[in-house]
Amino acid sequence: MPLVLNEDQQMLQDSAKNFCQQHAPIAVLRRLRDEDNPRGFDQDIWQQIVELGWTGMTIPESFGGFDFGFSGLGVVLEQTGRTLLSSPLIATVLLSATAINKLGTDSQKAELLPKIAAGELLLAFAIDELPVHKPSHIAATAVKQGNDFVLNGSKTFVLDSPVAEKILVVARTSGETGDLAGRSVFVVDAKQTGVEVTRTKMVDSRSCGKLTLNDVIVSADSQLGTAEVTDSSLNRILDIARVGLAAEMLGSALEAFERTLEYLKQREQFGVLIGSFQALQHRAAIMYSELELCRSAVRAALSALDEQDKTDLEIARLASMAKAKLCETAELVSNEAVQMHGGIGMTDEFDIGFYLKRARVAQQFLGDVNFHRNRYATLSGF
Amino acid sequence: MREKESSVSALESFRESTRSWLEENCPPSIRTPMVQDEIVWGGCNAEFKNPESKLWLERMAEKGWTCPTWPQEYGGGGLSKDESIILSQELARINARPALTSFGISMLGPVLLQYGNHEQKAEHIPKIVRGEIRWCQGYSEPGSGSDLASLKTRAELEGDHYIINGSKVWTSYADKADWIFCLVRTDFEVPKHSGISFILFDMASEGVSTKPIQLISGSSPFCETFFDDVRVPASNLVGQLNDGWTIAKRLLQHERTMISGFGLAGSQGDRGGTTSTTASLEKAAMHYRGDEEQISDPVLRDQIAQFKIDSEAFAFTSQRSIEESKQAQGPNATSSMLKYYGCELNKRRYELLLQAIGSQSLGWEGDGFSDDELQIAREWLRSKANSIEGGTAEVQLNIVAKRVLGLPDMLSLVSK
Repeated sequence: MPLVLNEDQQMLQDSAKNFCQQHAPIAVLRRLRDEDNPRGFDQDIWQQIVELGWTGMTIPESFGGFDFGFSGLGVVLEQTGRTLLSSPLIATVLLSATAINKLGTDSQKAELLPKIAAGELLLAFAIDELPVHKPSHIAATAVKQGNDFVLNGSKTFVLDSPVAEKILVVARTSGETGDLAGRSVFVVDAKQTGVEVTRTKMVDSRSCGKLTLNDVIVSADSQLGTAEVTDSSLNRILDIARVGLAAEMLGSALEAFERTLEYLKQREQFGVLIGSFQALQHRAAIMYSELELCRSAVRAALSALDEQDKTDLEIARLASMAKAKLCETAELVSNEAVQMHGGIGMTDEFDIGFYLKRARVAQQFLGDVNFHRNRYATLSGF
Repeated sequence: MREKESSVSALESFRESTRSWLEENCPPSIRTPMVQDEIVWGGCNAEFKNPESKLWLERMAEKGWTCPTWPQEYGGGGLSKDESIILSQELARINARPALTSFGISMLGPVLLQYGNHEQKAEHIPKIVRGEIRWCQGYSEPGSGSDLASLKTRAELEGDHYIINGSKVWTSYADKADWIFCLVRTDFEVPKHSGISFILFDMASEGVSTKPIQLISGSSPFCETFFDDVRVPASNLVGQLNDGWTIAKRLLQHERTMISGFGLAGSQGDRGGTTSTTASLEKAAMHYRGDEEQISDPVLRDQIAQFKIDSEAFAFTSQRSIEESKQAQGPNATSSMLKYYGCELNKRRYELLLQAIGSQSLGWEGDGFSDDELQIAREWLRSKANSIEGGTAEVQLNIVAKRVLGLPDMLSLVSK
């Protein structure tokens, strides 16, 4: 598993970094928030992202993508994390396109994937029903009725649901709430009768919502793969998304750390730069060490996603390692960033608070540190 | 592209020939986990509890593979970095024990190759490769621990000899070593960093004496070392007079890289090859609680999971640092970060092992405890030195803050 970027990935990183800094600085997120923009992203920036090809990076060439691999998408997400770029990349590309590609029939892929690659279709992925991530807890039902399914239930913390044209819904086609078997993924049109999305404004200002399904009738061919999903294939999709999210969190944590470091080198108190105080130096050096571990964890997990011979168990362990490590470090760094900035770090005018807010939402999304440590222990056989 | 392909196939044929050489030359007992008293340290009075260890050392030294990347001119293996990676992979494949473990290899050799003159290299490097001379490190002094540059052992020129007076402390295995690489003050009039020189001498010289120090773990790997009018040929000074601090710091980077390896064993949670129930934290925790499927204490389980996640991420970081140093030459400032983190991890491992095993881990000696349990108590106590030796954890954090993060000098507070 390569742990350093190759030449192509290095070039991609440079161009992504340039793009985010020049065209999508943190001021964009601030503007979206101040406007109370329900879409949660900037349409012009999204169009440029589509033109850069980021939407097609993990989609096979036969379905309109570039097949550049998850390492490539991870490199991009790390850079978007630096400027807290809010875009449909996570919900549409990382989660939904992966689910369609892994689970869908050829005709489902042919219908949906080229549109995603071309930036013509936005999706959301609805799985959580509790306020904490618990993928086995699926109470939403899909009952077969002739050639159709009837969906009922409710979902929470559904990223991009207020803007998505289609929503992938994880619902139960057999068994009881809590069973690992009996879950299916359906493609549901957001405009359809019985689908209701209530926007929820989160602290990170991204687009999010709660979803209720009230006797929603979908045709049988909207069931991805026209079959129930196995626990391992559903987890593979979630694990890919967890690793991608960890890459984004890495970028945010690195940026928050570097901004803090700059502040330590500028701010004077007691007649000296505060960065000369050992109490702060050691905490900065410890954060640096943790971030280096995070970098390695993310690189290892991303590389593994692109290797054909990796088992589901190996991927799962690496994904939980990466997400757990990033959750822990994102919390450390975002807290220290505010603390070390002192009073100014508490003001809305200053940007560092945005990193704190985004960190917590990303920490919760797809499993927090407790979820992943517990899972890592189970997968490791203890 | 053609060139790339041919070099790839050259590497593959190197792998094949290495594999078949190892098959033929690595004795059977060498392919079993290392036991503490069979580690080969070399030296004039080298002891070989296992005769196959001697054979293994001779065969490996013959090829220069005890120091695979050192120049052939001085007895090294002359391998490229890629070839040496293949060699270590092939050694790992058959679980081969290290042929030779020595401070000559891990600390002195690399800086002597960089700063020594031809005569010095020709005299010392081949003997390090073959394990003929065992070296010790004369750095710390009773009054100079973390503030190493304040050292006071003096070397005064008298004709073509230096006369050395003073004392060193924490000299690892000084009582077993043949030669010492030593930091001495050659100028008392200049700022502390600018008056230090790096010198080599024979521990059998008249005026050298050593006294072992007993540690809290009961063992005595370290000594106090005294120099009383020791006469050392002036030609034994390495590099420039009064420029010893440059060499000293470089050597410390190599030392840190070596010590940070202690934390690596944690990637598998093991203590280096043992197959007992205490080989890994989780096995120990389950065994001593009578657990079958998972550790029944959820709080301990969480702490072990956190430790193992950190260990795995640390192992990836060490590996990444090797991949990155392929471009650079030798260890860089990140060696301080690795040293800091690796040592903290190793200490955490032993604290968790004590929690996993309970009171059976706290026996000192005698009946009521297995050898393994008694060993753990000693290893736990020994691990406390990890974050002190080779530069304390606090000194490593200072170095990271200054050299890696570029934070302003702490002394700026005083000078203003």
